[in-house]
Amino acid sequence: MGNPKGFLEVKRKEGGNRPISERILDFSEVEQTLDEEDRRLQASRCMDCGVPFCQWGCPVMNNMPEWQDAIYRGDWQKAIDILQSTNNFPEFTGRVCPAPCEKACTLNIHKEPVTIRENEAATAERAFERGLIKPQPPAFRTGKKVAVIGSGPAGLACADLLNKAGHHVTLFEKDDEVGGLLRFGIPDFKLAKNVIDRRVQLMIEEGLVIRTSVHVGKDISAEELVNEFDAICLAIGAMQPRDLPVEGRDLKGIYFAMDYLTQQNKVVRGDRIAEKDRILATGKHVLVIGGGDTGSDCVGTANRQKAKSVTQIEILPKPPEERTPDNPWPYWANVLKVSSSHEEGCERFWSLSTKRFIGKNGNVTGAEVVEVAWEKDANGKMAMKELPGTERIIPADLVLLSLGFLHPVQEGLLKDLELKLSERGNVHVSKNHQTSRAKIFAAGDAVNGATLVVRAIASGRKAAEDIDRYLKSL
Amino acid sequence: MWKGFPDKSGLYNPENEHDSCGIGFVAHIKGQKSGEIIRRGLEVLLNMSHRGAESADNTTGDGAGITIQIPHRFLVSKGISLPDPGEYGTGIIFFPPDKEERKAIEQWFYRIAEEENLAISAFRDVPVNSSVLGEIARRSEPVIRQVFITGDYEQDELERKLYIFRKRIENEVRNSGLRQSSYFYVNSLSTRTLVYKGLFTPVQLRDYYPDLSDPAMESAIALIHSRFSTNTFPTWDLAQPFRYLSHNGEINTIKGNRLWMKAREALLQSQLFGKDLEKLFPVIEPGKSDSASLDNVFEFLVMTGRTMPHAITMLVPESFNDKNPIPNSLKAYYEYHSMIMEPWDGPASLVFTDGRYVGGTLDRNGLRPSRYVITEDDLIVMGSEVGVQKFPAEKIREKGRLRPGKILLVDTKLGIIIPDTEIKGQLSRQNPYGNWLKENRLELEKIEVKQRIPSTLDQYETYLRVFGYTKDDLDMVFKPMAMEGKEPVGSMGNDTPPAVLSKKPQRLFSYFKQHFAQVTNPPIDPIREGLVMSLTNYIGALQSNLLEETPAMCKLIRFQSPIIINTDLGKIKNLQREEFSNVTINMVFDARGGGKALKEALDRICHEAEQAVDNKINYLILSDRAVDEDHAPIPSLLAVSTLHHYLISVKKRMQIGFIVETAEAREVMHFALLLGYGASVINPYMAFAVLDDMCKKGEIPLDYKTARQNYIKAIDNGLLKIMSKMGISTLRSYHGSQIFEAIGLSNEIVEKYFNGTPSNIGGIGLEEIAEEASIPHREAFSKRPVKDLYPKTVGIYHWRKDGEFHGWNPETIALLQWATKTNNYEKFKEFSNLVNSQNREPNFLRGLLNYRKNPIPLEEVEPEDSIMKRFVTGAMSYGSISKEAHEALARAMNSIGGRSNTGEGGEDAERFKPLPDGSLIRSAIKQVASGRFGVTTNYLVNADEIQIKMAQGAKPGEGGQLPGYKVDKIIARLRHSTPGITLISPPPHHDIYSIEDLAQLIFDLKCVNPTAKISVKLVSEHGVGTVAAGVAKARADLITISGNEGGTGASPVSSIKHAGLPIELGISEAHQTLVKNNLRGRVRLQTDGQLKTGLDVVLMGILGAEEFGFATAALVTLGCILMRKCHLNTCPVGVATQNPELRKRFIGRSDYVVNYFRFLAREVREIMAEMGIRKFDDLVGRTELLEQRTDVDHWKARTVDLSRILHKPQEAEKFPLHQVTHQIHPIDDILDRELIKLAGKALKSREKVWISKPINNTDRAVGAMLSGEVARHYGELGLPDNTINARFYGSAGQSFGAFLAGGISFTLEGDANDYLGKGLSGGRIIVVPPAGSKFVPEENIIIGNTVLYGATSGELYVRGIAGERFAVRNSGAFAVVEGVGDHGCEYMTGGRVVVLGSTGRNFAAGMSGGIAYVLNRNGNFEYFCNKGLVELTPLEDRTDILEVQMLLNNHLLYTGSRVAETILSNWDEYLPMFVKVIPMEYKKVLEEQKLEALRKKLEATEDSPQYHY
Repeated sequence: MGNPKGFLEVKRKEGGNRPISERILDFSEVEQTLDEEDRRLQASRCMDCGVPFCQWGCPVMNNMPEWQDAIYRGDWQKAIDILQSTNNFPEFTGRVCPAPCEKACTLNIHKEPVTIRENEAATAERAFERGLIKPQPPAFRTGKKVAVIGSGPAGLACADLLNKAGHHVTLFEKDDEVGGLLRFGIPDFKLAKNVIDRRVQLMIEEGLVIRTSVHVGKDISAEELVNEFDAICLAIGAMQPRDLPVEGRDLKGIYFAMDYLTQQNKVVRGDRIAEKDRILATGKHVLVIGGGDTGSDCVGTANRQKAKSVTQIEILPKPPEERTPDNPWPYWANVLKVSSSHEEGCERFWSLSTKRFIGKNGNVTGAEVVEVAWEKDANGKMAMKELPGTERIIPADLVLLSLGFLHPVQEGLLKDLELKLSERGNVHVSKNHQTSRAKIFAAGDAVNGATLVVRAIASGRKAAEDIDRYLKSL
Repeated sequence: MWKGFPDKSGLYNPENEHDSCGIGFVAHIKGQKSGEIIRRGLEVLLNMSHRGAESADNTTGDGAGITIQIPHRFLVSKGISLPDPGEYGTGIIFFPPDKEERKAIEQWFYRIAEEENLAISAFRDVPVNSSVLGEIARRSEPVIRQVFITGDYEQDELERKLYIFRKRIENEVRNSGLRQSSYFYVNSLSTRTLVYKGLFTPVQLRDYYPDLSDPAMESAIALIHSRFSTNTFPTWDLAQPFRYLSHNGEINTIKGNRLWMKAREALLQSQLFGKDLEKLFPVIEPGKSDSASLDNVFEFLVMTGRTMPHAITMLVPESFNDKNPIPNSLKAYYEYHSMIMEPWDGPASLVFTDGRYVGGTLDRNGLRPSRYVITEDDLIVMGSEVGVQKFPAEKIREKGRLRPGKILLVDTKLGIIIPDTEIKGQLSRQNPYGNWLKENRLELEKIEVKQRIPSTLDQYETYLRVFGYTKDDLDMVFKPMAMEGKEPVGSMGNDTPPAVLSKKPQRLFSYFKQHFAQVTNPPIDPIREGLVMSLTNYIGALQSNLLEETPAMCKLIRFQSPIIINTDLGKIKNLQREEFSNVTINMVFDARGGGKALKEALDRICHEAEQAVDNKINYLILSDRAVDEDHAPIPSLLAVSTLHHYLISVKKRMQIGFIVETAEAREVMHFALLLGYGASVINPYMAFAVLDDMCKKGEIPLDYKTARQNYIKAIDNGLLKIMSKMGISTLRSYHGSQIFEAIGLSNEIVEKYFNGTPSNIGGIGLEEIAEEASIPHREAFSKRPVKDLYPKTVGIYHWRKDGEFHGWNPETIALLQWATKTNNYEKFKEFSNLVNSQNREPNFLRGLLNYRKNPIPLEEVEPEDSIMKRFVTGAMSYGSISKEAHEALARAMNSIGGRSNTGEGGEDAERFKPLPDGSLIRSAIKQVASGRFGVTTNYLVNADEIQIKMAQGAKPGEGGQLPGYKVDKIIARLRHSTPGITLISPPPHHDIYSIEDLAQLIFDLKCVNPTAKISVKLVSEHGVGTVAAGVAKARADLITISGNEGGTGASPVSSIKHAGLPIELGISEAHQTLVKNNLRGRVRLQTDGQLKTGLDVVLMGILGAEEFGFATAALVTLGCILMRKCHLNTCPVGVATQNPELRKRFIGRSDYVVNYFRFLAREVREIMAEMGIRKFDDLVGRTELLEQRTDVDHWKARTVDLSRILHKPQEAEKFPLHQVTHQIHPIDDILDRELIKLAGKALKSREKVWISKPINNTDRAVGAMLSGEVARHYGELGLPDNTINARFYGSAGQSFGAFLAGGISFTLEGDANDYLGKGLSGGRIIVVPPAGSKFVPEENIIIGNTVLYGATSGELYVRGIAGERFAVRNSGAFAVVEGVGDHGCEYMTGGRVVVLGSTGRNFAAGMSGGIAYVLNRNGNFEYFCNKGLVELTPLEDRTDILEVQMLLNNHLLYTGSRVAETILSNWDEYLPMFVKVIPMEYKKVLEEQKLEALRKKLEATEDSPQYHY
C-alpha cells in the first residue's frame, strides 16, 4: 500500500460523463477518464484492508489491493498482470460492471468507495496503449481439443483460459461476429465494439480458432462436435426473453428490447437494415417496460434516435435512495440506480403493472397500467396486489419489453444433446460444471440464468479450470 | 503408593515444573565454628518464609534445607566412632520406607564401598520429628539415615572416591527396578559438608531435624534455601541446597545444556579420575530439576579439578561484550570458555560452598536480589533480602549487594573476603587466553575472500515455487525487513488455522511454536538491555575435552551473526586449513518416493554425517541446492534436528558443527528453529536471491547490498527478540536448546526426530511431511504453456478469497455487524452457524469436537442475565482504541453485569463517577502491565478486578511501544507522561522475575484494594498449567488463559503467527493441572482468543473455563472490519485510532455490544438445554460431555488426536472442577491495619497525625493499604502534604511505601528491600541509616532493587546507595539518592532523579522523559550511560540549577546527608561535575512547551483590552 493515509487526503473523484447535450448526438462512449496523475491518486485511496471486502464482492476475485497499489506506483505492467490473472477482460468489466466491489469497499461504509471500476478500465486502457498486453501463445499444445459454443463473456473467458492451458480450442458463434451480448446487447455508448475486436484479435494471435456464423445444432450437429472434440463447453447464454402475454401483445410496435438493441448495434457497426424491419424510436412516444439495465439501455438508445418522449415503468416498488437497515454494507446495495441514460431524459414509474396494450389500426398506441402494492403474504413472501381505481393509460407508439430472460433457448442444441435441465430451465451442471453428459460442460448464463458480465466471466473461468482438470484426467 | 510428581497424563507434564526461592548463607569469615551460625542460618530461612510457598494442604512447604560444615564434635558426641576430620565422609541419605528395599540398597552400599576401596564405618538413624510435616510431605516421607565412610586416602582423593561411590550407588538404584527406587536420594556425601533438607516450610526444617538444634552442633558456614514451586507435587529430593550450591532462579536453556553435556561425555578424559571417569556418567542425574542439573555439572567441574569460581564462571559467565567495563584479559577468558561450554542461561542467584569457601554470584542480568551485611565481629550474612538478620547499628561494617555477573567469595580458612576483581584477575591469568585466541581463532570477517559467489540463481522461479515462496512472503516479510531493518508489524492477532488443519501446504516450520517466559522467569529487553545479549557463535574444531584447557580448543571460526552470505559460505568451504575441513550433505529426497523415500534420505544423511565424524571432518554443510525435477527438498528443520539427535545418540555430536545452506528459511522464526535444533550457521541463499530480484525490479528501492544488510539486521534483531522472550541472552546457549513445541506432529515423529519437544495433539507423520514438501515441488516442475503470475498472495496475513482461511472473513464480519446493529437474533444465528461450520471444516481444534445431547426444556436452564456475567471484554487501552470505542465497551459491560478492561494505559478519573443518567463508563477491570502507565492508587481503588498482565496473546514475552505521535494530551495525562513522548513497556514486569515476586505483587495490590479480585493473565503455551498452579498458590483470585490466536495489539508478525498455543490446549492444561493439585476450587478460570459463538463458550467451558473474554468480536460489533492497520493509526472506522478526523467515522454504539452478549448468552442457554445442563457451573471441566469427531477426512486434520485435551484427571473425582471457595489473603494482621487505626483522624478529618513503629523485613507493602484508604476518601490528590507522618525503625520488607498516597510521609531509619516506593502516588519516603551506624552511608547499600517502579508522583530521599533499576518507569516522582546500580532510570518518562554518586551500567536505557542529574565525580559517567535516547549536557540552565539545589536542600533537610551538605557548601566546585541527562525527544517537547507558553503570553498581552482603546 503506497499511502496509508491516501483515503484521508484524496477525495473520491469520478471521470464523469460527457455533457448530455453532446453525448446524445452520437453512439460513442459516454464515460470520460481521468488523467494519469488523478488516476494514481484515486488508486492511492485503497487502504489494503486486512479483509478486502472488495475482493469478496467481486465474482472473479479481482485482487484490488494489489493492483491499486501497482497503479499508485505507476507500475502499469504489474497492475495489468495482477488484474488479468483473475479477469481475462478488464476492459469489458471496467466499462460495464455495476461494481459489487465498490459496494463492498470498506470506504463505502462512509459512502466514498475507491473508484475500482474506473481504475480497472484505466488500467486496461493504459496497458493497451503502451503495448503492455501482448499475445501469449502457449509454449506447447496438449493435443486435446475443446469446443466452446457461444462467444459471450463466459464462452470467451473459458476459451481463453483453455487455449492458454495449451488445448486446441475452437470457439463457435452463431452470429457473424464474436462477443454475444457484449457486442449485440450492450449499446456502443457504453462499450465501444473496437474494445472487443482488440481483445479477440489477441486471442486469435494466441491460436484460438474462431468459427463465426456457425449455429451448432443447425449448421453443424451437436453429435458431430461430441465426436470430434474431447470436451465441449456450452456457453450459449440465456436468450429466451420473458414475454408479457396480455391483451394487445400482438399489436405492431411492441418489441423485445434485445431485438431493438441488437439492431441498433448492427446499424452502428455499418449494417444496412431494410426500412420495413427497422425499429426506430425517432419521433415516437417510447414506453420501456422493465426497470433493469437492458431497459436503461433502451432508454439511452431511444433518446439517441430522438424519441419524442421516453417512459420507463417497473412493476416492483421504487427502491430506496439509501441502504435500508436490512440491506447493510458490504452486501449488494438495493438502491435506486440512475444510469447515464436516465439522466439523458426519461420519465420513470414504479409499482406499475401492465394490464393490456391499446392499439389503433393494428399499431400500438398505449398501455393500460395499474398501480400495485407489495406486501408480505402469510409465507413471508412478497406478493403483489393491484390497487383498484388506479388504472391509467400511458400513450406509446413504440413499446420495448425488457422483462429479463427466462433461460437458455432449449430448442435445438440442448434438446439434441438430451441434457438434463434445472428447475428453472437452465442447463443442469454438477459442482464442476459438468452437465449430465460427461464430456459436455456448461458455463455462464446458460447455467445461472441471465446475470452480470462479470459473473459470466467468472463462470467461464471456473468451467475452464474444471475442463482442464477433466482433460488432464483423461 | 505416592511419591513425587505424578506421571505425565493429559496435558500435565512434570517437565514443566518451575521453582524459585529464597536463598542465602551465614558464615564466620575467620572460620570460627559455632552453633550460632546454624541458628542464624535457620533464622534467615524463617525470615524469608514469604518467599516460599505452601501446598493445597496449607502446611506442606515446597522444600527447605541447610548445608553446614561436618559437625565433627556433634557426631562424636553422639557416640559415633570416627577418625579425624577430613579422614571420613558422611552424608544424609533418603531411603525407601520399604524395609526390604532399604536393606537391599544398604547391601549395595557395602559392596560398592568394597569395590572402591572404601569402608562403611557406620549407619546412623537420623532422628526426625515427623509430626511437624504437612500431609503431602508425610505421604512421601523417606527413611532417613546417615552414612559414614572411611578410606585410606588423603582428603581430596577421598572426596573424589566418595563422588565415584555416590554416582555408582545412584546409578545402581536408579536402574535397579526397585519399586521405591525413586525415594532414594543422597543429600550429600563429603568429607567437608553436610546437607539437611526435605519437603518443609522453613520452620519445619528446624523442627524436623532435632540435630540442628543440638547444642553440640556447630559450623562456620550455613548455606540455606527455601523453595516456592509452581505445583503441589514438590518432592523431598528437589529441596535445596544440593551438594555444592543453592539456586534461586531458572535455567531457561536447560534442555540444550543437558543435551550438550550428554554429547560431551564421549570426549571427556580426566587425569584425576582416569578410567573411573566412566563411573561418573551420566554427569547429570535424570529426572531432576534444572537447579539440580546445574549442581551436577558444577560438582563435576570442581571434582575434576577446577576451582569453584572457575566452574561457576564457565557455567554462568558475566556479559563480556564491549558495553561491559571489564579488562580485556578477562574478556578473553570468557570468550575462550564460551567455546567449550555454552552458558547455562537464565536468571540465577547462586550461593555455593565446599566447606571452606562460601560464595555467591548473580547471572549477567542480575535479575534476582542478593544482599549482604558484614559485621564488626566478622559475620557475613547474605540473603535474597536484607533484614533477615538483625544487628545493632554500630555492629555493621558494610552493607552490600551482589552485582550482575560478580562473585563474592569468603575463604574461611584464610579468613578473608576475596573481591570479585581479584578472583577474576586470577582466573584470567591462569592461561594466556588472549594469545591463544589470537593465534587460533579465526574471525569470519577477516578471512580473505578468494571468490565472490553471486546471489542470483539460475532457476530462480523454479526455486521460488519448490520452496513455496508466496507474495505474502515478498510483501510482508522481505520488503519491510529490507527497507527498515526491522521485523514487519501487524495487528489484530492470528485467525488462521494451525498448520495441521490448514488446507494450504505449509512449511514444516509452521508446526512449531515459540516458548516464552511468563511469571517464573522474566523476558529480557534485547534492545534497551543489549549489553547482555550476544549472537556470537563458533564452528570448527569442536573435538574437545572439557576437562582440559589447550590452545587448540579455540581453533574455531567466530561468527558475529548466524546468518552468512553466499560469499562467506564460499570462504568457509574453501578454507584449506587443518581443523576446518568440511563436507556437503544434500538435503533432498526422491520426489516421487513419499514418506519412505524421505525416511531413507534421513537415514542417508545420518550415515554420511557419522562417516564424516569418523573421518575427522570438522563441519557439515547441509544443503538443499541440489533440488531438481527428481529431488524434492527435505524440510531443512527435519534434516537438522534428525541429524542433531542422531549424532547425540551416538555420542558424536560435539565433534562436528552444522552449517545449513537452505532456500527454505526466510523469516525470523525459521532461523530460530534451525538454530534451536542444532544449526550453528545458516546461509539462506534463496532469501538473498529474492532480495536481489526485488531490488532489480525496483520493488525494493534500495541497492541490493543495503537491502541485504537490512534483512540480516532484521533477522538478527528478531532472533535476539525470540531468545530474549524466553529470558535467554546468548545464542551460544540458545543453540540446540529446543525452546519450542510442536503442534500437529505425530508422537512418532517427535520422539524420533525432535526428541524432547512437547507435542500434545498428535498429528502428521513422515508420509504427510513428504507429501507437503512434494506438493510445491510437483507444482514447480509441472509444465506451464503460458507463464502465470507468480508468486501469488495466499492470504497468510491478510484475507484473500480462495486463500488461507481466516476466522474473521467478510461473511462473518458482515453478519455479526448486521445482527448486532439490527438486534436480529436470526441473523446472529446465521452468523454463529456459519462460524461453527467453518470451525468444523476444521479450522480450529474445537471444530473437531462434538457435544453429547440430552435435552431438557429451555426454561430449566439458568437465565441469560446470569450467563452474561461470565463475559468480559479484552484488555484494550484507551490509546490503542479510541475514546468512543473504549467507553462504549465499558458502558455495555457495566449494563449487563460483565466487565470491561482498561488495558494498559490508565483511565480518566472522571469516568469513575456514574453519569447523570446513572450509567457507569468506568472499566471494572483495571489492568496493571509492565509499563505501569497510569497505575495510581486512585486507579486501583476504583477497580472490581485488578488484572496483572503477564503476557498477551499477540506478543507473549514482549514489551510494547506507543509511538510519540499517538500520545496526545489526554493520553499523556492518563499515562502521567508528556504528549509527544514515546512510551515503552518493558518486556518483563520489573517487580516480577519469579513466582514469589508475583505473589508479592498480588499481595501489594490486595493491600491497596482489598475488595478487588486480583487476576493474572497468562498466554497459552506448553507448561502454562504449572504456571497457573503457581499463580494459584501465589493467591490470585482469577487466572486468564489467552489463546495465541487472539490479540488486537500491534505486534511483530512472527510473534502473532508463531508464539503461543490455541486456547483449547492452554485452558485444558491449566484446568487439568489445577484440578490435579486441588487448586482449581480456589480460583476462577477465564479464557479468550478467537471466541465468537455460544458454542465456543460452551466448549471452552467444558474444557475448564468459567469466564470468557471477547476483544475482536466486541470491536467488530462496534464497526471494526479487521483492517489490520491499527499500528498505522489510520483506522477508517474510528475504532483503533486517536485521529479526530477518523474518530468521526466511528459508527458503533454500546447497544450493539449489549446485543451481541445477549445473543451469545441466549445461544449458550439453548445449547445447555440441548445438553441437559441447568447451571453453567455444572458443565465446567466435564470433558466427558465431549467427544472427538470421527468423520473428519482431511488428510492432515484426521491425524489429530485430542484425547489429552479431553483427559479428565483422576483427581476430578475428589477435587472440585470449578471455583467453590475464595483465596485466603494474608492481609488481616498486617502493619497497615494498625497504621490505619492510628491515622484515623487524618482519614476522617484531615487532622495531622504522627506515628512511630518498629519494622521487620516480614512487614511487606507497608503503606499500601493505608494509601488505598486515603485514595478512597480523597481521590487522586490525596491528603494535604505531611498529614500522616510515620517513622519506622528497622529493616523494611519488600514494597515499602508502595502506592504511597499524597499527604503521607514515611521515614525509615534502617534499610529496605526491593520495590520501595513502587507506584508512588504522591507520598514522600525518606530512608536513612539507623542512628549509631558506623559505616559510610554513601558507600553502602540501603535500599533494594526496582525502586519507584511506575511511580507517578511524590518524593524519595535516600541517604545511601540503591540497587539495580532505580526509578525504573518513573513517570513523575522526584528522588535523590547517593548512588545506584545498573539500569538506573530505565524507561523513565517523567520526574527528576538526582544521583550523588556512581551509577552502574546502562543508565537511562529506554528513558524517554524526565531528567536525571548525576554527580560525575570520576568523570566516567558517559561510559555507564546508555545514550540511545538521551543526551548529556552540563548543568547550566538557571532553572535546572535551582531545581537541583532545591532537591539537595530537601535531601539535606530530611536525611542529614553529608554528601548533600558538602556539595551545597562547595557549590561552585561541584557544579561542573553535574551531568544533566535528558532524553532528546523530551527536550524538544519541553522547548516547544516553553515556546508555546511564551507565545500565549505574548498573545495575551496583545489582546489585553487595555491596549485596545
